[in-house]
Amino acid sequence: MSEQRKAVVLISGGLDSLLAARVMQEQGIHVEGINFFTGFCVEGHTHAIRKRDQKKDKRNNALWVAEQLGIKLHIVDTVEEYKQVLINPKHGYGANLNPCLDCKVFMVRKAYEWIQAKGFDFIVTGEVIGQRPMSQRKETMPIVSGESGAEELLLRPLCAKNLPETLPERAGWVDREQLYGFSGRSRKPQMALAASLGIEDYAQPAGGCCFLTDESYAIKLKDLWRARGNRDYEMDDIMLLKVGRHLRPASHFKVIIAREEGEANFMQGYRKLYPHLKTLSHGGPFALVDGEIGDQDVELIARLVARYSQGRHADEVELSYTDLAGITRTLKVHPMQAHEIPKAWLI
Amino acid sequence: MVDLSRQIIDCRRLLCPMPVIRVQNAIELLPHGSLVEAICTDPGALNDIPAWSRINGHRVVETRTNDGEYIIVVEVVQDSGS
Repeated sequence: MSEQRKAVVLISGGLDSLLAARVMQEQGIHVEGINFFTGFCVEGHTHAIRKRDQKKDKRNNALWVAEQLGIKLHIVDTVEEYKQVLINPKHGYGANLNPCLDCKVFMVRKAYEWIQAKGFDFIVTGEVIGQRPMSQRKETMPIVSGESGAEELLLRPLCAKNLPETLPERAGWVDREQLYGFSGRSRKPQMALAASLGIEDYAQPAGGCCFLTDESYAIKLKDLWRARGNRDYEMDDIMLLKVGRHLRPASHFKVIIAREEGEANFMQGYRKLYPHLKTLSHGGPFALVDGEIGDQDVELIARLVARYSQGRHADEVELSYTDLAGITRTLKVHPMQAHEIPKAWLI
Repeated sequence: MVDLSRQIIDCRRLLCPMPVIRVQNAIELLPHGSLVEAICTDPGALNDIPAWSRINGHRVVETRTNDGEYIIVVEVVQDSGS
């Protein structure tokens, strides 16, 4: 009996990678999954910060897919390494700050390092030619396999018949005839394949899996870089870009105002890292201040936060302000009026 | 002899999947029978850590909520080689 070959599949949690893994299982390959966390992944839990979303399904799709397939899943923290992909993408950005092609090269390279360390034979992705305008085109397929170093150890079972033979096919580890030749943006072939394999439940077709494709998120990240004078970021920065209303009254600071209770609870976790305000006299939001502020800024910030409280029409709103040293003082301010808040402040 | 050491992992403020990654990385270094206690603030960890444990062959032995924190204890039941 021939040796069972081992493949690692890049599992995003979407249908394509689920199918790619399943097609390999059908051919008797030992399959394990790998999933890379960049810090920008859209997870159900990130949405679940907001109270109104807390009833929604909290499953992590990559874990769920692995469980459906009965395979192990290895989740890799690439937050630090990913900075270089995002900050200096060789192939540029898509519509927003999404460096999709560089991202794919990066992930396949990481998977290639992983299979070498773990003694696996090849890498599988759910890529389909023409599925993505930036990263999944006929011209980009050799770029991904070449620049990642994986070369012909990278197999794309869903579109393999449209591509040159890879080592797993040539060596007879997998049967090329049992692979597919999907191409284009239509999802119908994948849905038909899923139905033929008895797969009925899967995450909706890809698209919103990365915050960097989101215009409003990208605007906030560009603002952060501009304000700091460099394109670096920390994990806390990119997490806070996902929550609250962001306003920048001056270049040296911005104010993040919770839009509801769930966001306020989440933002409270950052209260030791940022100066913060809380409305005392009325129902109102929790707010963080990002930047180095002086005493002259505090009143303006307090008036701005008061504007978003239930006391917005009152003559006076009382708030607490706590600085980075943890010293809290109480302020009484007249809430800012709508016309006093320029649109340009809203990021 | 089974080593019943217990490692506590602080996952407060981390959003999933970071708590899962912290548990996974701790378990990789621990022998069969060890316990990993994850203290989380993201309620998603209540789903994700057990799901990760199931698919990777480990066992959740305790789950409790304490003052807004979610504590999940996982027992390493096999060497998670690959």
